[in-house]
Amino acid sequence: MTAQEQEFLDYVQSGGQVETSDWMPDDYRAKLIKFIEMHGNSELMGVLPEREWILRAPTLQRKLALTAKVQDEVGHSQLIYRVVEDLGKPRDECLEDLISGKSKFHNVFHYPTKTWGDVGVIAWLVDAAAIISQKALLKCSYAPYARIMKKICWEESFHILHGRDVILTMMNGTDEQRELVQEALDRWWGPLMQFHGNPIAAEEDPMYIWRIKSQGNGEARQQFLDGYVPQIWELGLTVPDPKLRKNDNDVWEFTEPDWEELKHVVTGHGPRTQDRLGLRRTARDETEWVRRVVLTEAA
Amino acid sequence: MGQARRAHRSSVIYEVFRQERKGQPFAHAGSVEAPNDAFADWYAREEFGRRGESVALWVVPRDSVHEISEFADELERNYHRVDGYPLKEKLREARERAGTAAPGDR
Repeated sequence: MTAQEQEFLDYVQSGGQVETSDWMPDDYRAKLIKFIEMHGNSELMGVLPEREWILRAPTLQRKLALTAKVQDEVGHSQLIYRVVEDLGKPRDECLEDLISGKSKFHNVFHYPTKTWGDVGVIAWLVDAAAIISQKALLKCSYAPYARIMKKICWEESFHILHGRDVILTMMNGTDEQRELVQEALDRWWGPLMQFHGNPIAAEEDPMYIWRIKSQGNGEARQQFLDGYVPQIWELGLTVPDPKLRKNDNDVWEFTEPDWEELKHVVTGHGPRTQDRLGLRRTARDETEWVRRVVLTEAA
Repeated sequence: MGQARRAHRSSVIYEVFRQERKGQPFAHAGSVEAPNDAFADWYAREEFGRRGESVALWVVPRDSVHEISEFADELERNYHRVDGYPLKEKLREARERAGTAAPGDR
C-alpha cells in the first residue's frame, strides 16, 4: 500500500467521506462498484417474486400497494445504478453482467413464492433484514451512496409497514390463513438467517475495512433477531429453530445457518435463479423498442 | 442494440435537488439520466416526489453545475474567520485588569 493509499484508508476509517471527483485507490473503487452493483441488482431482481403476485393479490388495495412497492424497488435500482455509473461502470454493462449471470444478487430473491403468506413474510421480514443492512450504509465512506440511502431507507420502512399489515390481517383471520403465514415463515427462516452473510469478523471484511459498511455481518444478524423475533413471537408464530434463544449476555444463539446453501444459491443455483434471469432477459429484449423510441423521439 | 447504445450516450445526467418543506434549503437528492429536459422532469418527479416527500425539486444538467472546492488563502486573511478573533484570552486579561469576575462566578 502506498503512502497515499494509507492516508486514504486512515481518512475513511476515522469517519471521512469521499465524493465522486475525489482521488481514491483503485481497490476501493473496485470494491465500491462490486458492492453497490450487487445492491442495484438485488433491488431489480427483488421485484420479480412480488410481481408474480400483483395479479393474484387478494384485494384492490393490496394490488395497488404491491404495485407501488415494485415501483419503489425499481426506482432504488435506478438510483443505485446511477451511483455505479458515476464510479465508472455503465448501466448497460451492469444489466448485461446481471442477465449473463456474471454478477450476483441477494440470496432471498432466488426462491419461489408459494402463497400470499410468502408475500407478507417478504415485505415484512426480508425488507426488515434489508433495512438493517441499508441503515448501516447511511454512514458509508462513499458519500453519494450514503445520500441516496436516506430515501431508500425511508421507502423500505413503508414496505415493512405494508408487510406487517398483510401478516397481521392474516393472523387475525382464519386458521387456514394463520397456517399459511407459519408455513411461509418456515420456508423463509433459513434464507433470512443467511441474508447478512457469513460471520466473517468485521476487521477482516474488506467492505468494513474501507468503511463501505459500518458494521459486521454477525452484528447485523443480531440486530435483526433483536428487533424481529419478539414481533414474530407475540403473534403466536413459531420460529423454526429449536436452538434460538437469547442468552444471559443478551446475545442470540441459533443453529448455524447453512452457508453451503447460501454459496450455492447466490452463484446461480437457487430454485428460481434461472427462471428469473430468463424473465429479466426477455423483459430487456421486449422493451428494447421502447428505449429506442424514447431516445429517438427525445433527440 | 448498437443504435440504442449510441443514443444512450447522447442522454444527459441531471442532478436533482429536493426541498422537503417550504422555506428549507434545497439539498442534493441524487441524479437521473434522461434524453431531454422533459423526460428528466418526469423521472425526477417519479424518483423524488411520488410519496409527498418533497415540495419542490431543482433539476439541473450536471454540466451546468460548477463545483468549486479549492479555497486558497495565501494572504492568511484571518479577519474573515472565527479563529481570527481570540476573545477568550483577551477577555480574561481585561477582567483581571478591571478586577471583575466572569459572569458565572458572581
